[in-house]
Amino acid sequence: MKNNKQQNVFAELSIFRGANSTKPEFETFRVPFQQGASILDALIWINDNVDESLSFRYSCINANACKECMMIIDGQVEYACLKKLQKFGSKLEPLPNKTLIKDLVTDIVPPKEKLLS
Amino acid sequence: MRFVETDVLIVGAGAAGMYASISAARSNATVMLCDKSLISRGGATVMAQMTVAAALGHQEADHWTHHLQDTIKSGQELCNEKLSYLLCKNAPEKIRQMRDWKTNWANDNERIRQVLAPGHGVKRCCYVDFLNTGPAVARTLRGEVAKLKNVTRVSGLTIIDLVVEKNRVMGAIGLNTEAGEYVSISAKAIVLAAGGLTQLFARNSASKNMGGDSHALALRAGANLMDMEFVQFFPIGHLAPRLVGMDPIMWDPFRYKLGGRLLNGHEEQFIENYGGEDGDAYTVGRDLAAYAILKECEAGRGSPNGGAWLSFQHLSKAELDEAFGPIIKKLSANDIDLTKQAIEVAPIAHYHMGGIEVNESMETRVKGLFAAGECVGGANGANRLSGNAIPEAFVFGEIAGASAANTISETPHLSPQIGQNSLLNSLVELSRQQKQESQFKTVTSRKLLFKLQKLMWENVGVLRNKQGLKIAIDEIRRMKNDIFPNLKPASGTVFNTSLMDWLDLRNSLLCAEAICLAANERKESRGAHQMEDIPFKSDKYRKNQIISIIDGHLVSRWQDVQKLEFELEKKCWTTV
Ligand SMILES: Cc1cc2nc3c(=O)[nH]c(=O)nc-3n(C[C@H](O)[C@H](O)[C@H](O)COP(=O)(O)OP(=O)(O)OC[C@H]3O[C@@H](n4cnc5c(N)ncnc54)[C@H](O)[C@@H]3O)c2cc1C
Ligand code: FES
Repeated sequence: MKNNKQQNVFAELSIFRGANSTKPEFETFRVPFQQGASILDALIWINDNVDESLSFRYSCINANACKECMMIIDGQVEYACLKKLQKFGSKLEPLPNKTLIKDLVTDIVPPKEKLLS
Repeated sequence: MRFVETDVLIVGAGAAGMYASISAARSNATVMLCDKSLISRGGATVMAQMTVAAALGHQEADHWTHHLQDTIKSGQELCNEKLSYLLCKNAPEKIRQMRDWKTNWANDNERIRQVLAPGHGVKRCCYVDFLNTGPAVARTLRGEVAKLKNVTRVSGLTIIDLVVEKNRVMGAIGLNTEAGEYVSISAKAIVLAAGGLTQLFARNSASKNMGGDSHALALRAGANLMDMEFVQFFPIGHLAPRLVGMDPIMWDPFRYKLGGRLLNGHEEQFIENYGGEDGDAYTVGRDLAAYAILKECEAGRGSPNGGAWLSFQHLSKAELDEAFGPIIKKLSANDIDLTKQAIEVAPIAHYHMGGIEVNESMETRVKGLFAAGECVGGANGANRLSGNAIPEAFVFGEIAGASAANTISETPHLSPQIGQNSLLNSLVELSRQQKQESQFKTVTSRKLLFKLQKLMWENVGVLRNKQGLKIAIDEIRRMKNDIFPNLKPASGTVFNTSLMDWLDLRNSLLCAEAICLAANERKESRGAHQMEDIPFKSDKYRKNQIISIIDGHLVSRWQDVQKLEFELEKKCWTTV
């Protein structure tokens, strides 16, 4: 059932890095390719194994219920937990029409849910 | 640093926190409802896809006393019956209230549809189609909260410690993640509604925010936890093939509705061999099903990835299409075709029966500190009935909010000066724990969490034994005392993931230790706590176990179970 060869296949993710104040750039991460894995799985793998400072939003992980993981994947607005990781890799960017906070995190908090001064 | 003031602070915006906000606001308190994620989206509530139990009697004659009897039976003599009573008695009213607020419970006009679920004597469980109960509930409550002028909602605010003076809660310290700024909150009362802790186990159905913050906040503030050893393992969580975009526990209702067959690696039915009666009805209790699957795996009869097969292949495509509705599409997006293949399922950590000890007003032993929802212990004893968690969140949330609002007139606000001071103290304490330089080049909070989850899964999971528990306790203490203090979160302010992970881990380690300690002290098998080397119940342990911090150490003691003060038998059955 398990295909051991798969363990040696890597996918490359080119990910937008930076905060509003810093100069944004793209950083490339190599993640192990696994059949059926989502982009979110790959991002979590990066946090766990390579760079714990890479920021992206998510809560529910599998359920597609929290709707927090929206980003631009290869030019399209997608949920990272629904979109599958591709062998040929992907380019990940924050939502363009929202204020950038950091990396793939944008300001999607409704205005009435913010701590006002 | 920022200083804010509110009458009631509610920590966590799931069903319990939102219900608490509504009832506190209606009792004229000013309320701040905060969530480390986004309001209504961060926890278990929005992920729940199945059913909500309430003795409405819309499909079969029923009465809350019967729901209560079923709940107590399932709890195996450990239910705090006074809390179970509140849950069962008030659940029907909450379902009706939610219907008035436009939750679209599946119905035949006036009658809400109710189905049978394991452990319930009658058709008692309501739902929203298709697999949409949690999102519907979250949306309704979010809308109701938004209507209330005296509720301030704050997304992205993680509560990291409570401020307590002379056993009275005075406020809390938070981290505003987006701004990367610490916040000091003065509150006359606080409701902890930050959900469960199943994220501590490698296989789980949890969201990222379910690592036991409520429990750790309560413990450090001086409150007690109870029955921490009772973690419910959902027997048939999705295991393989990889399924994304779906809740890992989604198979359960279909198994009951359609009679999905649970088979071992040899494709034989096996639940019967463990004293369960699966037959054609598929109503075997959750703890027994989980136990049986793991035992089959241990005996070398598991499915390829270490679980069991769940098969719907005895049904036609038309039957499957009708029953699964839009779900069939989602499955095929994951390349799953149920007419051609069985899927693999295995137990996963799903709910926690234990939690913060409260009285019938949902107050902890710390004045002004309340708790509600999954983080409360007692109502479900040693094993929860399916569908009991959401009504628990509704009912306890409402009570906690009203009780919290009731105490505010007696309590002065923390002066900003004290607020600043306690904030500074907390920060000093926190930074004392964060080393300037990590002594480990390769260990990060995430890696340590990963190890902790694996350790908990292997040694404190469905099947426990004395040796495994000992290994787990020693290892957790080593992580907590030797490794964690030497970790340093990455620097940076705005949305600092590394700092958030570090704060989560701090709580998770404390909770893990509490669970292991409690599991080790309970030298019997009961409900969700199954000891392989002590495979029997013993009367000596017909008690609740209390965990608290004394002189910086976790200690355990036993306490008599709270019983009802009236007879249950005589109540009648009613239908609507
Ligand atoms: C996948 C799944 C399916 C389920 N299905 C059912 C079902 O069908 N029927 C049923 O009855 N029960 C079900 N349950 C259980 C039930 O959903 C939960 O017990 C219930 O929703 C808990 O509600 P709550 O409000 O206590 O916590 P949650 O809904 O978990 O909310 C807690 C909130 O607190 C926030 N939080 C955590 N820490 C902090 C902090 N430090 N500061 C600020 N905020 C914080 C979290 O982000 C979260 O939003 C299910 C659970 C899961 C995981
Ligand atoms: S992680 Fe929750 S919707 Fe994608």
